[in-house]
Amino acid sequence: MTTANQQSESPIVGLLVEFDGPEALKAAAAGLKTAGYTRCEAYSPYPVHGLDAILGRKRSLIPWMVLGGGFTGCVVALLLQWWTNAVDYPYLISGKPLFSLPANIPVTFELIILFGALAAFGGVLLLTNLPRPYHPLFGCEKFRRVTTDAFFLTVDAADPKFDEAATADLLRWLGAKSVEPYRNPASRRDVPGVLKAAVTLLIALSVLPVFLIAVHRYERKSKPRIHPLQDMAFQPKYLPQQSSPLFADGRDMRPPVPGAVAADALIDQDHFLHGTINGRPATTFPVPVTAEMMHRGRERFAIFCATCHGLAGDGDGVTAQLAFEREEPKWVRPLSLHNASVVSQPVGQIFATVSNGIRTMPSYSSQIPVEDRWAIILYVRALQRTRTATMKDVPKEYRKLLERIERSDAGTRAKRP
Amino acid sequence: MLTLDDNMTLAPAQRARLVLGQADCATVTETVCAITERPRPPMAWYVAFAISSAATLMFFASIAYLIATGVGVLGNNNPVFWAWPIVNFVFWIGIGHAGTLISAILFLFRQRWRTGINRFAEAMTIFAVICAGIFPAIHVGRAWVIYWLAPYPNQMSIWPNFRSPLLWDVFAVSTYGTVSLLFWYLGMIPDLATLRDRATTFWRKLLYGLFALGWTGSSSQWRRFEWAYLLLAALATPLVLSVHSVVSFDFAVAQVPGWHSTIFPPYFVAGAIFSGCAMVVTLAVPARSLFGLKSLITMRHLDNMNRLILGTGLLVAYAYGIEWFMAWYSGNPYEMFAQLNRALGPYAWGYWIMVACNVLAPQLFWFRKMRTTPWLMWIIAVFVNVGMWFERFVIIVASLGREYLPSGWGMYRPTMIDVMMLVGSFGLFFTLFLLFCRFLPMVAMAEVKGVLPKDHGVAQHS
Repeated sequence: MTTANQQSESPIVGLLVEFDGPEALKAAAAGLKTAGYTRCEAYSPYPVHGLDAILGRKRSLIPWMVLGGGFTGCVVALLLQWWTNAVDYPYLISGKPLFSLPANIPVTFELIILFGALAAFGGVLLLTNLPRPYHPLFGCEKFRRVTTDAFFLTVDAADPKFDEAATADLLRWLGAKSVEPYRNPASRRDVPGVLKAAVTLLIALSVLPVFLIAVHRYERKSKPRIHPLQDMAFQPKYLPQQSSPLFADGRDMRPPVPGAVAADALIDQDHFLHGTINGRPATTFPVPVTAEMMHRGRERFAIFCATCHGLAGDGDGVTAQLAFEREEPKWVRPLSLHNASVVSQPVGQIFATVSNGIRTMPSYSSQIPVEDRWAIILYVRALQRTRTATMKDVPKEYRKLLERIERSDAGTRAKRP
Repeated sequence: MLTLDDNMTLAPAQRARLVLGQADCATVTETVCAITERPRPPMAWYVAFAISSAATLMFFASIAYLIATGVGVLGNNNPVFWAWPIVNFVFWIGIGHAGTLISAILFLFRQRWRTGINRFAEAMTIFAVICAGIFPAIHVGRAWVIYWLAPYPNQMSIWPNFRSPLLWDVFAVSTYGTVSLLFWYLGMIPDLATLRDRATTFWRKLLYGLFALGWTGSSSQWRRFEWAYLLLAALATPLVLSVHSVVSFDFAVAQVPGWHSTIFPPYFVAGAIFSGCAMVVTLAVPARSLFGLKSLITMRHLDNMNRLILGTGLLVAYAYGIEWFMAWYSGNPYEMFAQLNRALGPYAWGYWIMVACNVLAPQLFWFRKMRTTPWLMWIIAVFVNVGMWFERFVIIVASLGREYLPSGWGMYRPTMIDVMMLVGSFGLFFTLFLLFCRFLPMVAMAEVKGVLPKDHGVAQHS
């Protein structure tokens, strides 16, 4: 193990003393204590109970560390769940409270156990100064048997009562099988330089990826960031301007369906689409008025409007009549289109009424296309004119004819009983 | 009268020997360390390792194929979204539970016979948790973003949902894996030091020295070691009960008929220990004869394990019965249908395999002959393993396949990849176990030394 030359160089660390078994070990430890030694340690292949009391050791701190770990785990878990799920990113699930204990118990329980276990394991390492790659006793050939079947005591040379010869005698008297000094080797066989260099290099390299990621994350760049997982970038789907065997024309892009409107076609169309000019109801029609449009309007009016408003617009359509016959309590008579409040409205306002609905009348914008709504309004205007027109409105060539009809009508009425 | 090689006495006045033969510290060290120190393992080890490592390769190849292609390579479908991957997950996580039972619960109950088998039962736990953890991770579709399960601050500004049992599962399983590993490693440090002190080659000195952390066996180390070990056992005991309870919440919190049941947590924990004990016997019977550990893992150990299998098997049988009672007593037609569907529906064969393997097979352990004949108990243990796998299959597939609306019913069929993954996970498990047998101390030497019989036949320390 050591040569005489080395022995003279390095001082004794302590005495290594072997005993026959646990009982002899305990007796010797008690003897040493009685003799006033304080810096001694026992080594055994399995825990020998009773030694701690003899050596005057206090109760371990580990239970308190585990308690602290468990408590920390509990607080961490509750704060984590409360802050993440109730504050930073509130999850509303079935109207339950954002934070309530029952749902958070399992994770809290697991973290109590996890932190407690880490504290127990970390506590052993911390309190026993492990990992400790080198110990002076590792130099003693004999000491290797401590993990198999040997029982040892050591007495530290730093002990105030230590005297190599006297202490050795005392130990022999206490029943030691063998006593030998142990010392730090003069030259510690160091870890090979290659290994040291390799480990240093590995540690340095392991920092590199973390550093690169951190730099990459906070750097400003004009190009897109590196995206290692391209799973969303390449998908089995059709992209614009590709071919497809599914359609007769061989294109993957399809022409718009009939009636599709380009998005920009709706800009500057307030008059036509909403019946307003500069935000006020329009007084004119956005489309040219034709006889054809009037016929279309009469047809559409009969389909969509007359059921309530009546064919002449008096508010006496079949639905209205039926409702009155049944004395429906909630039925409100539809407004007569000849009412002064309607007659005086600009066409844009009537368009808004048809498009959006008013009072109990629903919106018809989903059923009647815009052009047809304007046609209906044209027809409504014509109906209103039938009640408000004067002889001045009649073209001159028809006035005489009209007056003749008027007279004959009056004569016919007079003849009636 | 007790002999050195028989500890099967039933006489209550005689304390059974925990270690047979010439039992002293040096013999224990020699017996256990020789397994890792002999230049070559037995031929059977090579054969087993070749088979299991091939299966492991197949496992990882099929995982690579799954990830590269997508979950469509599995048989999972609508409505059976959770299929074999989750069956395998629950199966493996259950296997692990017996290891913690032996290492922690029996330790707290001062069952000293546990020292013979606790080390490799704990190793089994860790390897089973590894196999279990893989399955949920790979069946999610985009396995490379599995880290989204962890609550970490991210650029998406979102957090996981802590009300979800699936998230509880992440915490439970990862805590279980971590604590099991710490417990296993802490207990192994003194034994690694033994291997270090006996090492003769450079690499053995370096590696065992590295992992032994400089253990010297001083009384101040032992004192803290014992405290930490005791407290880890005290923490692992409620943990093991919580883990399979949380796994059962994955099902019980959902409203699927056949899942939504308060009996699930205890039923799952009992089933887990039942299957785990069976796996311990499955591994222990060949290992003890292959590596010459019959004096440390004695027939009495196996007998005790078989009694545990019988006991937990009866608990499981009771749970099966209560499921029928609950289905009827609930008055809920869907629950009753789910139960009838399991027993008489398209997966009825699975249900009856489960009943035969889990309820009937362990009854053979009432006979002493069955409990003490290695090859017989091995066969029964394998039956229990098969049965427990089918239990999870029946719970998951039969329930999901036929939920409330008949229009949403469907059948599940595994694909070749499913089968390869199941077989492959066994390959991984056995590969890790064989490596453990070859390179690590299979028996907790320091603990066994503490229970060696002394001259007067009483164990030396408690």
